[in-house]
Amino acid sequence: MIRFDRMGVRYADATTPALAEVTADIDEGELALVIGRTGAGKSTLLRTINGLVPHFSGGTLVGSVRVDGRDTREHRPRDLADVVGFVGQDPQAGFVTDRVEDELAYGMESLGLPGQTMRKRVEETLDLLGLADLRRRALATLSGGQRQRVAIGSVLVTHPRVLVLDEPTSALDPLAAEEVLATLQRLVHDLGLTVVIAEHRLERVVQYADSVLWLPGDGEPLVTGPPAQVMEVTPVAPPVVELGRWAGWSPLPLSIRDARRVAGPLRQRLSSLAPSDEPADASATGAQPLVRVENLVIRYGGEPALRDVDLETHSGAVVALMGRNGAGKSTLLATIAGLLAPTSGRVVVDGVMPADTPPRELVRKVGLVPQEPSDLLYADTVGAECADADRDAESEPGTCHALLERLAPGVPLDRHPRDLSEGQRLSLVLAIVLTSRPAQLLLDEPTRGLDYAAKRSLVGALKALAADGHAVALATHDVELVAELADRVVVLADGEVVADGPTAEVIGASPAFAPQVAKVLGPGRWLTVAAVREAAGAAS
Amino acid sequence: MRAVHQITMPRALHPGAWWLWALGLAAAASRTTNPVPLLLIIAVTAYVVAARRTDDPWSRAYAAFLKLALLIIVIRIVLQGLLSSSSQGETVLFTLPELPLPDWLAGIKLGGEVTAEAVLAATYSGLQLGTILCCVGAANSLASARRLLAHLPGALYEAGVACVVALTFAPQLVADAARTRQAHRLRGHRPGTLSGLRRTALPVLEGALDRSIELAAAMDSRGYGRTTDADRGSRRRTGLLVGAGLLGIGVGGYGMLDGGAEQWRGLPTLMLGAAVAGAGLAVGGRRTGRTRYRPEPWALPELLVVASGLLAAVAMFVTAANDPALVTMVDPLAVPDVPWLAVAGIVIAIAPAWVAPPPKGASG
Repeated sequence: MIRFDRMGVRYADATTPALAEVTADIDEGELALVIGRTGAGKSTLLRTINGLVPHFSGGTLVGSVRVDGRDTREHRPRDLADVVGFVGQDPQAGFVTDRVEDELAYGMESLGLPGQTMRKRVEETLDLLGLADLRRRALATLSGGQRQRVAIGSVLVTHPRVLVLDEPTSALDPLAAEEVLATLQRLVHDLGLTVVIAEHRLERVVQYADSVLWLPGDGEPLVTGPPAQVMEVTPVAPPVVELGRWAGWSPLPLSIRDARRVAGPLRQRLSSLAPSDEPADASATGAQPLVRVENLVIRYGGEPALRDVDLETHSGAVVALMGRNGAGKSTLLATIAGLLAPTSGRVVVDGVMPADTPPRELVRKVGLVPQEPSDLLYADTVGAECADADRDAESEPGTCHALLERLAPGVPLDRHPRDLSEGQRLSLVLAIVLTSRPAQLLLDEPTRGLDYAAKRSLVGALKALAADGHAVALATHDVELVAELADRVVVLADGEVVADGPTAEVIGASPAFAPQVAKVLGPGRWLTVAAVREAAGAAS
Repeated sequence: MRAVHQITMPRALHPGAWWLWALGLAAAASRTTNPVPLLLIIAVTAYVVAARRTDDPWSRAYAAFLKLALLIIVIRIVLQGLLSSSSQGETVLFTLPELPLPDWLAGIKLGGEVTAEAVLAATYSGLQLGTILCCVGAANSLASARRLLAHLPGALYEAGVACVVALTFAPQLVADAARTRQAHRLRGHRPGTLSGLRRTALPVLEGALDRSIELAAAMDSRGYGRTTDADRGSRRRTGLLVGAGLLGIGVGGYGMLDGGAEQWRGLPTLMLGAAVAGAGLAVGGRRTGRTRYRPEPWALPELLVVASGLLAAVAMFVTAANDPALVTMVDPLAVPDVPWLAVAGIVIAIAPAWVAPPPKGASG
C-alpha cells in the first residue's frame, strides 16, 4: 500500500539529511508503528506519506514514496486527500469549523462531493467512531479523547485507504488513550484500513502493531519487522518487554495478556520477596510539611475546579498527582505556585501564602515548570536565557548553565531554544527554575513528547533533586513514570482528592493507573522492572 | 406543508435570517435617540435571545455585549460631564473644579458646571450606541458569525476562511498571552513592565505562527483548494466587481441611515452596488467546485423572522420622516413622547421568539 524506495529527505540549510535510505513496504490492512528518538525523523517520515514533505514543508526528497500506486512527488497533499488521511500532533490546531458535524463534512466539501453522499458518510462516520451523541457539540467543549476521535473522523469521511497519525495519544490520559487506540484497532480490523502511527509511549501501542519501523537516528538505516522481533533489539522498550527480556521469555510478549500467561513461575518466585526500595512514608514520621494545602476551593465562575482539597508535601519526597484531563491537577499546581488565589481555604508554602507573595520572593520557595515549558523562554540563545535566569535569581553568573550541564550535558549555548529537542528544552526550563533554588519543585506533565531516553534522564534528575532535599510534586498521566519516581500518589477526580497514599497502594491495583509490571505480576507491590530485578538478584 | 415550513419543528434557523432581523432592529435604533423605543429594542432582543438561543459557548455573547453597552453609556456620561459647556442648557446639577487650559485650547473646557441637559443628552446617545451593540450581540448569540460566514458565496470562500481562522485565533491569542504572563511570574518577573511586554509578545506570536502553519498543513491534507482552478484573470475580475459593489452598498447604506445626506447617496446607490456585487459573486461562484453539507433551508420561518425585523425598521423610518420630533430628543429634559407607530413595529420584532423554530439541544 505504501512503498518507500531508497527515500531520503534533506531540509534546506541542514547539514545532515533528516532521513536517508529508507526502504520499506507497508501492506494493506496493516497497523504500522514508527518509533525512534525525538529528532530521528518520525514526523518527517509520516509527512512524506501524504506529500506534506516536500510539497508543504520544502526541502528535497530523493528516492520515491508511492501510496496506492500514486507517486507523492507528482501529487500534492490535497490530491492525495482521498487516499491518505493525516492527523497532526495537535488535533485542535487542525480544526477549521466549530461544530463536530461540520468538521466531519469539511473534507468532503473541499472535494466537492454531492450532498446526499456527504449526508450518508457523516452519519456512518458518527456511528463508526461513537460520536453520534456529540454531533452538534462545539469543538471547543470536547475532551481530549473526543477531539482526537473527531480529528480521525474528519479525515475518514473521504474514505482514505491509509490513515496517518502523529502521536495520537501523547496528550491523553490513560483511559482516553485506550479509547482512541481501540477505535484505530477497529478501523484496521473491520475496514481493512492501513494505519501508520508515530508514538513515544510504546507501552500503549506496541501490542496493537503488526509491524514496527524503527528509526535509530544518527544516520543508521531503518529497521523494520514484526514487533516482537524489532523489540528485541531496540534500546528502548516498554516495561512489559523489558521484563520479558530480563526473564528470557520467548517469544517476547508484547501485551499484558501474553506476559501474564508466561509469568506464572516468576510470580511464584517473587511471592516470598518484597521490593527493597519501598519508600518511607514521610508524613508518618511527623516531619514538618513544606507545603500545606487545607480545604482549598478554587472556582472560576460556575463549577468549582477544586473543592476541599488537602495536600502536604515533604522535603525529599516525590508526590505524583494523577487523574483525568480536567480533574484539577494543573489548577492545584498553579495555586501552589501562586498563579491563582484560593477562593477559600489555605495554601501555605514554607511559611508564606503564595498568592500574596511578590513573584521575586516566591520563586525562592516554589518553582513550577508549566505544561508548555517553552512559555518561559524568550531569549534568542540558550546562553542568554541562562544569563537572564542568573540575573533574575541574583545568583552567581554561570549557576544556571552549571545546572543545565548537570541535567543535559552538552547543550550548545549559542543554539536557539526553539531548535532544541523536547528533552533539552525541558532541561533548560528546569535549570532556569532551579536557579533560584526553590525548596518545592512543581512539574506539570513533564513527560509529554519526551522519548524514553529523555524520560530516563528526567527521572534521574528528579531523584537526585529529591535526594538533595527538594520536595517534588508532578502532575502526570504517565503511570510508568509514577511507578519509577513517586513516593506518594494523590488521585484527583472532579476537583476532589479520591485517593492519597503510598505509590504501591494507590496505583498497584488500579485498573486505569497500574503500571504494566503490576498488571503482569500483580496484584501486588511490584511496580517496576528495576525493583523486580533487584529483589530477584538479592535472593539468588 | 413540508417540515421546514413549520415553526414548531425544532431546527436551526438560517443564520442570515437572524442577522437580517438584528440589522433591522439596529437600523431602527440608529434613527432615534428617544429612550422609549431604544429600551424597547433592548428588551425585545433580550427576550428573543433568551427564548431561542442554543447552549453553545457563543450563545453567551449577548451578556458580554450588554455589559459593553452599559460601559459605553457610563463612559459617554463621564466624558460629557467633564467636557460639558453651558451652551447645552441652564439646569446646573453640580459644579466640578475647573481646570485652567492654555489659550490655544480655547473652546475646550475641563470640569466646571455640569448641566442636566448635557448629561441626559449623553445618556440618550450612549443608549443609542448601546442598543445597536445589543442587536449585534443578539445576532452573535443566535447565530455565530462563523455560521454566517459559511453562507458566503463561493467567490468569497477564501476570504471567508481567512475570517473564520481569525475568529478562532483571536481568543487563542488572548489565552496564550495570559499563559505567557503567568510564566513570567514563574520566573520572578513583575508583570506590566516594558521588557515584560516584549517577553510576552515573542512567544505568543511564535505560537500563533506555529498554529497557522499546522492549520494550513491540516487544510491542505484535507483537500482544501483542490477543486478551485487558479485562473488569475477571473479571480481579478471577481475581486474588482465585488469590491466596487461593496463600496456602492456601503455608500448607499450610509446615505439611507444618515437622514441628512444628499438624495443620490441613498437607495439608488445601494441598489446599484448590490447589483454589481451580485454580478461579481455570480461570475466568481462558477469557478469553485465546492459543495455544501446540509445547507440550511430558507423557508417560511426565515421569511417571518426577517419580515418582523424589517417591519421594525420601516416603522421607525416612516415615523422619522413624518414627525422627526418624535424620534429625536430636541429638549433632553422633556418627558419623551411615545412614537406609537415605531413602538408597534418594534413590538412586532419580538415575534421570532415564537415564529422561529426552537433550537435542537446540543446533544440531541
